[in-house]
Amino acid sequence: MAALQYVTWQLPMTSELFLQYIFAGLTYGIIYAIVAIGFNIIYNTTGIINFAQGEFVMLGGMIAISLNPLMPLPLAIVLAVLITMMVGALIEIVFIRWLDKPSVLRLIIITIGISILIREAALHIWGEGIRSLPYFIGNEVSSVSILGTRISPQVLWVMGVCTVMVILLSLFFRYTLMGQKMQACAANRTAATLCGINTRNMVTLSFMLSAGIGALAGCVMSPITYTQYDGGTGLAIKGFTVAIMGGLGNSMGAVAAGLLLGLLEAFSVSVLPLAFQDAISISILLVILFVRPHGLFGRRDTAALKEF
Amino acid sequence: MKRFLPLLALLALVISIQLLTQWTGTTYYLTQLTMSGYYAVVIIGLCLLMGYAGQISLGHAGFFAIGGYMSAMLTTRNLISFQNQDWVVLLDKFGLLAARQDLYGEAILAFQPWLAALIAIVLAGTIALIIGIPVLKLKGHYLAMATLGFGIIVYRVFLASEIFGEADGISGVPGFPLLPGVIVTGSFGARVGNYYIAWTLVIVAMVMLINLINSRVGRALRAIHGAEEAANAMGIDTARYKLKTFVLSAVLAAVAGVFLTHYNGGIGPSEAGVMKSVRYVALVAVGGMANLWGALIMGVTLNFLSLRGFFGSYDDAVFGAILIVIMLFAPEGLLRLNLAAKLKKLFSGGSRK
Amino acid sequence: MTILEINNLNKSFGGLQAVQDVGFGVEEHRIKAVIGPNGAGKTTLFNLISGTLPFDSGSVVFKGEELRGLKPYQIAERGMARTYQNIKLFPGMSALENVMVGRHTRSRAGFVAGMLNLPATGREEAEIRGKAMELLGLLEIEHLADIEAGSLAFGQQRAVEFARALAAEPAMLLLDEPAAGLNMNETAEVARLISKIRDLGITVLLVEHDMSLVMDISDEIVVLSFGQKIAEDLPAAIQQNQEVIEIYLGGGDD
Ligand SMILES: Nc1ncnc2c1ncn2[C@@H]1O[C@H](COP(=O)(O)OP(=O)(O)O)[C@@H](O)[C@H]1O
Ligand SMILES: [Mg+2]
Repeated sequence: MAALQYVTWQLPMTSELFLQYIFAGLTYGIIYAIVAIGFNIIYNTTGIINFAQGEFVMLGGMIAISLNPLMPLPLAIVLAVLITMMVGALIEIVFIRWLDKPSVLRLIIITIGISILIREAALHIWGEGIRSLPYFIGNEVSSVSILGTRISPQVLWVMGVCTVMVILLSLFFRYTLMGQKMQACAANRTAATLCGINTRNMVTLSFMLSAGIGALAGCVMSPITYTQYDGGTGLAIKGFTVAIMGGLGNSMGAVAAGLLLGLLEAFSVSVLPLAFQDAISISILLVILFVRPHGLFGRRDTAALKEF
Repeated sequence: MKRFLPLLALLALVISIQLLTQWTGTTYYLTQLTMSGYYAVVIIGLCLLMGYAGQISLGHAGFFAIGGYMSAMLTTRNLISFQNQDWVVLLDKFGLLAARQDLYGEAILAFQPWLAALIAIVLAGTIALIIGIPVLKLKGHYLAMATLGFGIIVYRVFLASEIFGEADGISGVPGFPLLPGVIVTGSFGARVGNYYIAWTLVIVAMVMLINLINSRVGRALRAIHGAEEAANAMGIDTARYKLKTFVLSAVLAAVAGVFLTHYNGGIGPSEAGVMKSVRYVALVAVGGMANLWGALIMGVTLNFLSLRGFFGSYDDAVFGAILIVIMLFAPEGLLRLNLAAKLKKLFSGGSRK
Repeated sequence: MTILEINNLNKSFGGLQAVQDVGFGVEEHRIKAVIGPNGAGKTTLFNLISGTLPFDSGSVVFKGEELRGLKPYQIAERGMARTYQNIKLFPGMSALENVMVGRHTRSRAGFVAGMLNLPATGREEAEIRGKAMELLGLLEIEHLADIEAGSLAFGQQRAVEFARALAAEPAMLLLDEPAAGLNMNETAEVARLISKIRDLGITVLLVEHDMSLVMDISDEIVVLSFGQKIAEDLPAAIQQNQEVIEIYLGGGDD
């Protein structure tokens, strides 16, 4: 993924630069958190890690970019999110729903296959080129001054929209009937079924929801990170890293972990060549998997109750 | 011995295909068959790990690439400008370096292919050992992600390292003289010979793996796959068996990487890519997971078609679709579908039961 | 001579104390039974002894050696074999192959030998196969040798699991409810078999619900309730033990 362009490395660490790093880190961090929450939503209702999670983000961006010339930007984004949600639902209905007690290995391979198909479809539809949505306000060079440093307003859009999503999601799960039903599925599917909850529909819903938030993130980030057909894999790995760091299934943990990873990456730019940036998050992933598979914030014994 | 009858059949098939191409003047097919053979070595090694020991690896292209890249780097890195330094002189004195001229007549002093291959394979095995110890403690999604992560790191390192040619990879890799007169090389005149070199390697690997799965170790691996806790309670050091299998399959991948790189005269970063790893997994899956013959047959067939450009620009998509369709409708693999079951009885040496 | 010595063994799952200060010894060449209501901690005790679960405190000494920290396979190598309450055969492998896996600790061919299929490896394979067939014979299920383990009837699966454990020629055998789910004839068969195993010189530690079986064949009985040992005595004495009777009447078991 393209790094934030205005962060150039090897400059002396002034307080201005320091703040730039912070903003860059938070921007990417919140995006990783959204991808991680997407993983969590599906994982919580189904026990599946959806390897196609990153593709939802790419898809949201791409569709919005294609629709944008035809309609106002907000409408394009809304439509893109809705279409991606349909894709999410379709995936669940066509590939997952009717499987009878599939093994983990089978699910891993199926979702990997799905991610490849989406990516290849995107390649054939949109080509290899790098695309992007226009800046929501102003353009590449417009900036606002915050704490004495100048940043692009789009950064604020990303952070704002993602933060609102996180808040709405947690309200949704806590206070709406639908959200509570999904939680019930997560806690105990058999019991939920017995209580008259249609767990199958909850699963479909979880795919839609996680596709939707991914797509929206994909739209708001597109102007600064750009959108490319194969952008999903890297995002998925980082989102997964964050999900694991935060404790699989724990969305508040994901937010904290996402911001942490974003900041780590942003500051690593000043010591490591860009090409190795991905290697950092993957190394973190590996280390966490080995040392604390229940996450930085989770408790070992609650994690042990989950089946992998 | 019954288990080797299918191998004799395979040998006969290999020879008849070569004769057929000779007769019909289509020896150019041998190039893709040679390459498919090398890829098949990766695939049957992964089959042992996935199908028999039950451990998924989404990073096997990484081991293939470590083998290929290391061998390529060591045999192409020109040491001529260091030729007066002590270590180069010492290496040369022990006959570990080879001098040659490249296409433009420039003098090149680099590692002997034998040594380079050895270093590459040992390195791949060592890396597999080191990362295998923590990685194989993981299960399910975690194992999948960890191996995928490993694969991506390997890919990034090759892509970002100047010494490995970055996005261009390494070209100009010399032939690999295995024995006097037997050289792994893509040069036109050596096409038939190289076809036989590749398929000898395939057959040797098949013999060893078929032996292995029919041995005490093979039984232990299948036991681990079926019920790990009970296997451990029966005295099987499950962690150790998984690790050894992982290293063995990594070494097979690296060997294939070395050979194919010398055959192609080069290697590029796409060989280390995630899509390659996924493709290997797909081919093991179509072959029926715990089925060496299935993995071999499907691996060679589909790779051959892919290399011939049969799938056009839908190459990756085809393998993605294969993955999904197989896992949805025939998780036991295509060859497990009834019609093939009868055939399989005839060839029951390699597959289990 | 005491072959297995358990002292002050403790194990808790979160807040639940599943095994609490349990201690007893098992004499060589005897059958010792562990009884107690469901949830008393019997299976957990077996898991602790066989190394499947680590214990919190206490000690398990087998043939004079402390087992703490050893992995299940290491304990198996030292001569302990077990069966499971809910049968754990290797699916996808034939009955014969399952039993052959049981020979693991008694054979040695490794990766290299296996790949090269050396003559010695071939001989060893033949020995393993022969021994496994012999055990299937002992349990009168030779005719099932080539049938996939998962597709066998319940009683047959139990028999295969038995044979698999015996294939290791263990010094000690842990049997977790070997008669569960069997009919009366089969249960009687199992009782005879366990006595026969003891006569072969194998020490047996047995968890069982079927009281008549336990009383028939055990040399000694330990009673667990809520993780604690409440009695240890000869079968006849246990039958008279007031506390035990109360537990079994009031415990709502069986
Ligand atoms: N792995 C485990 N995690 C949590 N609780 C367990 C576990 N295994 C057993 N228990 C609990 O420990 C208690 C004893 O169980 P168990 O040993 O299976 O009893 P028994 O075999 O005597 O019927 C039960 O309350 C059971 O729920
Ligand atoms: Mg029990």
